Amino acid sequence: MTTGVDTALALHLHEQMVFIRRFEAKVDALYRQGRVRGPAHLGIGQEAVAVGAASVLRPGDRSIGTYRGHAHALARGAPPDAVLRELLGRTGGICAGKGGSMHITSVEHGYYGSYAIIGAHLPIACGLAWADQIRGDDAVTLCFFGDGTTNIGAFHEALNLAAVWSLPVVFVCENNHYMEYTPIADVIAVKQPAADRAAAYGLAPLCVDGNDVDAVRAVIGAAVDRARNGGGPSLVEAETYRHGGHSAADPATYRSTEEVAQWKLRDPLLRHAEQLCASGVSDGDIEAVTTGVAAEIERITVEALAAPSPSADTAWTDMWSDGSSRWRN
Amino acid sequence: MPDLTYRQAVSAGLAQEMARDERVVLLGEDIASGGVFKTTVGLRDRFGPARVRNTPISETAIAGAAMGAAMAGLRPVAEIMFSDFYGVCWDQVAVEMAKARYMTGGQFGLPLVVRGANGGGLGFGAQHSQAVENWALCVPGLKIVSPATPADVVGLLAAAVRDDDPVLVFEHKALYGTKGPVPDGEHVLPLGSAAVLREGDDVTLVALSLTVGLCLAAADRLAAAGVSATVIDLRCLVPLDAATVLASVRRTGHAVIVEENPGQLGWGAGIAAILAEEAFIDLDGPVVRVSGGNIPLPVAAPLEAEVSVSTDRVVAAVSRLLDVPVPAVVSLA
Ligand SMILES: Cc1ncc(C[n+]2csc(CCOP(=O)(O)OP(=O)(O)O)c2C)c(N)n1
Ligand SMILES: [Mg+2]
Repeated sequence: MTTGVDTALALHLHEQMVFIRRFEAKVDALYRQGRVRGPAHLGIGQEAVAVGAASVLRPGDRSIGTYRGHAHALARGAPPDAVLRELLGRTGGICAGKGGSMHITSVEHGYYGSYAIIGAHLPIACGLAWADQIRGDDAVTLCFFGDGTTNIGAFHEALNLAAVWSLPVVFVCENNHYMEYTPIADVIAVKQPAADRAAAYGLAPLCVDGNDVDAVRAVIGAAVDRARNGGGPSLVEAETYRHGGHSAADPATYRSTEEVAQWKLRDPLLRHAEQLCASGVSDGDIEAVTTGVAAEIERITVEALAAPSPSADTAWTDMWSDGSSRWRN
Repeated sequence: MPDLTYRQAVSAGLAQEMARDERVVLLGEDIASGGVFKTTVGLRDRFGPARVRNTPISETAIAGAAMGAAMAGLRPVAEIMFSDFYGVCWDQVAVEMAKARYMTGGQFGLPLVVRGANGGGLGFGAQHSQAVENWALCVPGLKIVSPATPADVVGLLAAAVRDDDPVLVFEHKALYGTKGPVPDGEHVLPLGSAAVLREGDDVTLVALSLTVGLCLAAADRLAAAGVSATVIDLRCLVPLDAATVLASVRRTGHAVIVEENPGQLGWGAGIAAILAEEAFIDLDGPVVRVSGGNIPLPVAAPLEAEVSVSTDRVVAAVSRLLDVPVPAVVSLA
């Protein structure tokens, strides 16, 4: 028997996951119509990590992620219409048309950006957390990255620095089992890309089922609490799977249909819907969430597609802190 | 006006800014114990270990942590011990901090400084002697400062700390031991303002960092031979005070640009291009560059001298350009 508060929260998490799923599916469709400029790395199948993790944060907390970052921005509350406009290169884009899919950022909502060089943002996450540590603020930084990222130097430098400085940062490895086209198992000498390395930084090997939003909340929530209370960093490995290819352009023929089918049985949305039913939420209530989300996504899509392109001269702004791009007199 | 060494000026400039603004924090390898070039002496004791933090040997983490801290409202100053090590963290410098503000539509500022020892002349060899301002000059989004005197170290370092954009400060390791007067009280210079150190009518010598002293010495020798030279210390490559250079060259009709880095694609090539495009009509001869050799720096003294810029080479270049014989100096050593 769950309480009303629990049910409301569970429904809210469900709505967020459904929203992100539908948003990403819409991006995929728009990509196929040639309307998305540049690549689009979708997070379909991995929603429980983004939503579960964001749900344990407070407004002043910070998060930072990768080119597969739409979900992480949306989960922190970034306005979906501004994200969509960024992907479509229309006015009102969240990065003014200068970032695109791989660099979605919403500092206003605590999402410090999406970075497209593997591993680069892990040291940056250390710096965000360091600032809070120096000021004595109790904010926590969450940093998301993939399994493939555990093999680059920046990962090791950042984990070590965070550990020796006892920084309030939680590193979350979304182990979706593939780098771009290569299975992670082919390129690491251990079984678990993040957890098996944790000992090298004096950290505990934390693993969680990344397709179970409640489990994600529990494990990352505990890590966030620890960081907030001065207990230092954590490294969490969340096991998950992307349903689609590395990017919308990738048919992912390097994976067997059986493997994909097996993982779709563990779809985080299906599992959460089952739990909602089990806790007494009606099919109708669950269906209503989906219907509402679909209508909202249609609305922002129509509006975004009707919006004009940004004027070309805005390419020259936002460079230096004075807003200009002048480098000489 | 006290006399400080160039290396003391680094700590003095940092101390001036740390005392003024508690958001200014330092990180780098061995800096809490004064730094391997003794440029952060006394700062840990004065400002405490939380604001003067030793790091592991992790240039990527140093640069990245500086960036993140700046995004979150601090004003970090990161030390990269030898600027050759920028190669290890070039992603953070050239691809993260130089671009993040722009690619997010200006959602945050990056008020940070990365500083360290640059340049040759001390026999440190090919991997600890490079002058690499030109690496950064290829990357829009980085401000580039290269001071030549102790006073400028303080004034430009202060300006870099106060600037809201990423600034790379290149200190010259061969200048650390040089001494000069530093103004009393708070000293801050604007970024992007070149210094005209000497005014002459026949040729404009354009210099930066180590080559400023070479050009001033060359100007003395040229004067003895009846040639009057203007010497301009650019002080910054970004923002670039091109106007001061253009105005001088329009007057003298001759430009000799003296850069320490290899000539293959040194910063002098960029200045030469600006002069060719914007002052062509006023030039009375070709724009000449005196550059470092296109070769890794060797160690043995005569070999390093052979491939490096020098006063002799500046004098020779001007002498050729103006077709004026200048007597060689007989070395007493
Ligand atoms: C330094 C660097 N090397 C290579 C790439 C190309 N690349 C982009 S995504 C990717 C795979 C990353 O895999 P993982 O960390 O598991 O993240 P996922 O894409 O699975 O979310 C690669 C190799 C890059 N962007 N940066
Ligand atoms: Mg992966």
